[in-house]
Amino acid sequence: MYGKGIMRGLSVTLKHFFQTYVDDLRYGWRKYSPKEDNFEMRQGMAAQGAFTVQYPDEKLAVPERFRFVPFLVVNEDDHPEAPGKDWCTSCGICAKVCPPQCIWIVRSEDPNTGRPIPEPEAFFIDIDICMNCGFCAEFCPFDAIKMDHDYELASYDRTTSHIHDKDHLSKPTSYWNRIAPTRAAEEAEARGGWEHIDVIKERKKAEKAAAKAAKK
Amino acid sequence: MTDQVLPEKVETTDVDSAIAYLKDKFPSAVSDDTRDGYSGVIVDKNKLVDVARAIRDELGYNYLSSATAVDYHTLGEPDSDMEMVYHAYPITGGGALVFKAQTPRDNPEIPSLVNVWPGADFQEREAYDLMGIRFPGHPNLKRILMWEGFLGHPLRKDWKEAYYEEDHKPFSSRWPSGNVWRAEEKNAYGKNVRYPDDFDLSRLNDVSEESLYEGLGLGVDVQAIEGTMHTDRLVVNMGPHHPSTHGVFRMVITLDGETIDTLEPVMGYLHRNHEKIGERNTYLHNMPFTDRLDYLSSMGNNLGYALAVEQLMALGPRWNPPSYRAEVIRVLMAELTRIVNHLWSIGFLLNDLGAFFTPMLYANNEREKILDFFEGVAGSRLMCNYVRFGGVFQDIPERIHSVQNMVNDRVRDFDSMKFLTELVSERLPRFLDEYEYYLSENEIIKARCINVGVLPPDEAVGYSAAGPLLRGSGIPYDVRRADPYSIYPELDFDIPVGERGDIYDRYTVRIREMRESLRILRQLLPRLEATKGESVAGTNAHTPRVPVGESYGRVENPKGELGFYVVSAGDAKGTQNPWRYHVRAPSFINLTPLGRMSHKQKVADVVTVLGSIDIVLGETDR
Ligand code: SF4
Ligand code: SF4
Repeated sequence: MYGKGIMRGLSVTLKHFFQTYVDDLRYGWRKYSPKEDNFEMRQGMAAQGAFTVQYPDEKLAVPERFRFVPFLVVNEDDHPEAPGKDWCTSCGICAKVCPPQCIWIVRSEDPNTGRPIPEPEAFFIDIDICMNCGFCAEFCPFDAIKMDHDYELASYDRTTSHIHDKDHLSKPTSYWNRIAPTRAAEEAEARGGWEHIDVIKERKKAEKAAAKAAKK
Repeated sequence: MTDQVLPEKVETTDVDSAIAYLKDKFPSAVSDDTRDGYSGVIVDKNKLVDVARAIRDELGYNYLSSATAVDYHTLGEPDSDMEMVYHAYPITGGGALVFKAQTPRDNPEIPSLVNVWPGADFQEREAYDLMGIRFPGHPNLKRILMWEGFLGHPLRKDWKEAYYEEDHKPFSSRWPSGNVWRAEEKNAYGKNVRYPDDFDLSRLNDVSEESLYEGLGLGVDVQAIEGTMHTDRLVVNMGPHHPSTHGVFRMVITLDGETIDTLEPVMGYLHRNHEKIGERNTYLHNMPFTDRLDYLSSMGNNLGYALAVEQLMALGPRWNPPSYRAEVIRVLMAELTRIVNHLWSIGFLLNDLGAFFTPMLYANNEREKILDFFEGVAGSRLMCNYVRFGGVFQDIPERIHSVQNMVNDRVRDFDSMKFLTELVSERLPRFLDEYEYYLSENEIIKARCINVGVLPPDEAVGYSAAGPLLRGSGIPYDVRRADPYSIYPELDFDIPVGERGDIYDRYTVRIREMRESLRILRQLLPRLEATKGESVAGTNAHTPRVPVGESYGRVENPKGELGFYVVSAGDAKGTQNPWRYHVRAPSFINLTPLGRMSHKQKVADVVTVLGSIDIVLGETDR
């Protein structure tokens, strides 16, 4: 019969139309409760029909590996020995692997000797140019630069606010541990502790020396 | 247009005996390419057309996959420092016969192969546009990606872009004293374009019909046609800002009444000289840039590029090929990408047919699930940047879960393997069944698609069509089978083909390809379980040593054969940057037969023909 295919198609459309409400009814007002896992259910494999996330009243939290414009890891403000110290040693690797070359680093120098100090004097990322590739975080040997999860960066004037300087980029270690707990734990395990790798190395060295001294 | 006949008259010979045959037949014109790391033959350009004909007809290498130019400025001999590189394959499967023709870059001229392979048409125009090589015998040799009046040929080694800083990245201004500036500050707006001396700038403000269609070989005269009914011949301009061109793509159509006479694709609106950027970049830098080519299938692009560079790296010492698990994950991602892409392209084909966004939305609903998986594994939904040389970025995480960070964030937490298993063994097959039931027998779709935009098999091969466009025409050519890579040889899948070569065939080929992809994915699941724990990391060097040589890595991307031609020449710092980086873009080359397929169709059909080719302008224009 001519037109059978069209009728079939319309029946599918009708089915989808009702399906959307089936789930709505099933989850009812629980949909709006942030505590229950119904949000996850409606995004999962068993979900039926279309489901719209009401941005910005609802946002999909992003997965751990999500990458957006990077930030710099620094010590906590209440860190006992070195509050707010940069983890970055200004080794320059991230600036080299950055494909669009949007990382700019000024290395600190000792004012007396002129020798480089492993600390950035200034650090800039031009977020207009950053392509969110994640290479900087992947190749930094000091776990000092990480990809952020905050994607709401819109602003009214790109010429004045889109070059992030060190102040803007720095976020405490606890922030990274919170947004990417699994990854942070893996990295800490690889380093041998939750501190900066240099601190851990120093401590190990000191322990070794102490052990040696004790032996004698 | 082509004098080629299919099926082939000759048994295909293997590459070595093919080269021996050519050297025997053209002793003075064909010689081995003896440069370190190179393969194939160098053909005297004066004999190129004859040799190409022999390669096509006598040797059976009848599919011209890629034709591109390389500028060996300062590296080669002055009388042969520009080169065209051709990759021909037998359509029945097998390796490439690479042949090259050389010419001096001061006065570059190489005979056109359009009469042998019409598929060389756009590729030669591209070489003319970007490298300045002239092709005597080409019927329509003019710029294709840049605009008429552009100064210079931007892929030449001595050409410098407006924001030129240094020849190679990393730039020395970034570290250790990287005091930031913005490129515009040093090169104020308005001064970043140079025009040839004889260029009339007022032309740019001229919006008269003559100048709009200038150079397109079209008149705008009204012309009466003989016959009972008098129809006007008129020019219709579609695009670049047209919802049905899938991006910024323009078609200039001459109509005879309601019937299309000629169609001229005009492109380049999204051109960013991807290849020049690629030659400034290091090898690793290019990986995220390939995401931006066909941004619907970034995983596949990554894989193609990685294969090309890995071929070169394998020539050097200390090369560790990817682990088995890494290969499984690569194929997993490539096949998921195929489903993502085909869902999208069928949805848009239906949009083009006027079924506005309902089928699209259903398809997108499923696509979102795959993108969720990509996001959890690679960190991004579209710009995956996932494959690394010798491996992949990171293994599939145990759980795809999110963490609350911003206000109103809603959290999800899935077990990755469970998510994947349910997706490929239940949800997607169920959806495909429903989708086919929904669309395939629809009378409107059949009426609009069957016998519309037909591309006969011999022409499809001649035009270097690839992917569902080629297979829709009945040619079972799939790089995964014809020239296998990764672990495809051990996987069980079929190559769906069409019969008539029309839009409907391309549609069914895509649906069936998704089913085959699911079949592959189901075979991968036990392999993923079996290899759990195996390392997938690639080389940890951010500037890997890449030995001197050339390589051509090709993958069967959803849109067709995606190839990367990479030449490593070595520079002062030790081979960090590709000397030549060329993308054989299926979206670009598949447009070559668009004019042919639209001939004698109606305007409304052009939109569907274009939709059935499935292009992405990021890849077309590069
Ligand atoms: S790679 Fe890491 S330590 Fe080195 S400069 Fe970049 S952020 Fe600092
Ligand atoms: S994410 Fe990529 S583009 Fe952005 S700063 Fe890091 S390396 Fe550069």
